[in-house]
Amino acid sequence: MKSLKRREFFKYSLAGAGGALCSNLITKIPFMAIPDTAYALSSTGKLSHVEAKYYKKLEHKEIECQLCPRKCKVGDRERGYCGVRENQNGIYYTLVYGLSCSFHQDPIEKKPFFHFLPGTDAFSIATAGCNLNCKFCQNWEISQARPEQTYNLELSPQSVVESALSGNCPSIAYTYSEPTVFYEYMLDCAKSGRKKGIKSVMVSAGFIQPEPLIELCKELDAVKIDLKAFNEKYYQEICRGKLQPVLDTLKELKRIGIWYEIVYLMVPTLNDNMDDIKKMCDWMLKDLGPDVPVHFTRFTPLYLLKNLPPTPVSSLEQARKIALESGLKFVYIGNVPGHEGESTYCPKCRKILIGRYGFTITQMNLQKGNCKFCGEKIPGVWA
Amino acid sequence: MSKSRVVIIRSEKVLSKSKQIDSFVLSEMLKKGLQTLSGDLDFRDSIRRFYSPQDVLGLKVNCLAGKGASTHPEFALAFAKLLKQGGIKEKNIILWDRSNDELEEVGFPLNYKGDGLRCFGTDTDGIGYSRDLHEHLNVGSLVSNILLNYTNVQVNLPALKDHSLAGISCALKNYYGAINNPNKYHEDGGDPFIADLNALPEIKNQQRLIICDALTVQFKGGPSFHPDWNEAYGGIIISSDPVGLDFVGSQIINQLRQKKGLPTLEKSGLNPKYIFTATDKNHNLGKASSEEIEKIEINV
Repeated sequence: MKSLKRREFFKYSLAGAGGALCSNLITKIPFMAIPDTAYALSSTGKLSHVEAKYYKKLEHKEIECQLCPRKCKVGDRERGYCGVRENQNGIYYTLVYGLSCSFHQDPIEKKPFFHFLPGTDAFSIATAGCNLNCKFCQNWEISQARPEQTYNLELSPQSVVESALSGNCPSIAYTYSEPTVFYEYMLDCAKSGRKKGIKSVMVSAGFIQPEPLIELCKELDAVKIDLKAFNEKYYQEICRGKLQPVLDTLKELKRIGIWYEIVYLMVPTLNDNMDDIKKMCDWMLKDLGPDVPVHFTRFTPLYLLKNLPPTPVSSLEQARKIALESGLKFVYIGNVPGHEGESTYCPKCRKILIGRYGFTITQMNLQKGNCKFCGEKIPGVWA
Repeated sequence: MSKSRVVIIRSEKVLSKSKQIDSFVLSEMLKKGLQTLSGDLDFRDSIRRFYSPQDVLGLKVNCLAGKGASTHPEFALAFAKLLKQGGIKEKNIILWDRSNDELEEVGFPLNYKGDGLRCFGTDTDGIGYSRDLHEHLNVGSLVSNILLNYTNVQVNLPALKDHSLAGISCALKNYYGAINNPNKYHEDGGDPFIADLNALPEIKNQQRLIICDALTVQFKGGPSFHPDWNEAYGGIIISSDPVGLDFVGSQIINQLRQKKGLPTLEKSGLNPKYIFTATDKNHNLGKASSEEIEKIEINV
């Protein structure tokens, strides 16, 4: 097994030379946020051995994973689609518990959350693996990797919380790859964080079964869901997933009452049909209500979709217009720094409530969750 | 149109009752197989037909399932010995698979450097996978640097076995052990992904010979080892056509299933569709029908 010194780990991280660490994720390494006693570096070979929470045993040492709608049937010594859960002699294990392959202190706006503790940082972590395979994935070096292919930092839930505290982060974000696949780790981090007053947010595709989702939401404070498209064909062909379970997740989040926001990455020619956008907005209004923030974000050519151009800003603007006209109150444009669609507007008096430029807050006109101009109550988690 | 030749060599003497391998018999089976495939009188001529002394050969074994349902080390080493007799320098032969742990667990003698026969996994320090994606049809993966940079030709040495998702695991599926993300390509019975991966030029253009270890065959419950469904078949299968070899392999699995009163792969919903996909114009990897395959069965 390779061993890395801490300095080397950071060097690999920063240079993107670690084979699987995505350098563009590691733009601000929180050196001081990692307690010196908290880490032990591990690279290829050393994996966790924690039994998975959601699976059932079948005959002949087979198991069926119950964590996501894929419900992988996994034979002995094999792994599920995510690549981070393995059947060992009829018992299903997560291989990534406590093994963070990416960590960073990010503005919460980067997730993006626009109605959750604006202007604060989230201590953000990820492990290898994903239960989808989106052709546009910007973090494919970690999301599509198996954990022995990433450089991992051994970071216990307690250490994650300590890191958040020492970095002055009021929240921990489970992000970059797909947190569903490191479910047990995320759950324990969230529990530990709550005891210390640190909130937890999940940035997810929402491709998760209801039962684990419900248990998880008891420990989380907010969820951001990437709704990839509003048609099954796209989910199947571009993401290797299914739409309906994600819609079910959104409805479940609404029922539970946890704060959530939706991101729609608009990919030219593939999911930018405005009729679909209109249908999606109508569905959101009917099933989720007008208060859910929706972010239409710009695509950048990466991974398996390098042949397509970036999303024209006009497409994002058209989608935003449709959404607002449909009755959704908080509709944003993302990955276009300086665009007026980055800011939050009061749905009553139309004045700017939170001005933004990229991830930076330029104006704050909220007072205890209300518009300071007209007093309108604005939905979100503000303190 | 010429047929694909697929040669099955079997011997009742190659395995003892406890499934121990007789190396001498195995070596004779391999020689006979090479000669029958090529039509040469001397197996050394057959080896020279496929490989030159300048080639660095990657012998891709399949060790995922551990002992009992993996390529036997005795099998791979016996073939490596014949290669040496055929003029290939030992140092130009690399036995490889995904990981050192898996190779070692099955009993392969790891050897990273030196003049002798080398044996190591892609996860060896300093080797790993390509930095860049290799994309073809529906597959996008990082490919083992052993295949890309350490060898220039591959000898595919799979084990024949049932596979609970793909139907069978044999020649074509063995290259899942050459990429970083095989877990992404097991859906829909691996169809079309297995065919797509094998059509990747980096793989397709390097493969000249497949020698399948069918000494013991896991005919149900695979890819992992289940002793109740593991048959001492005592065979090897040789071909230059990975599709033809897999087609014949699937017939053998079905025969063993029927012999034990089990439903065929098709009746179990496990027909390996990818074998047929591999014959289409997008892949053109070989042949998968009895009419197009010259199957030669020899008992020694």
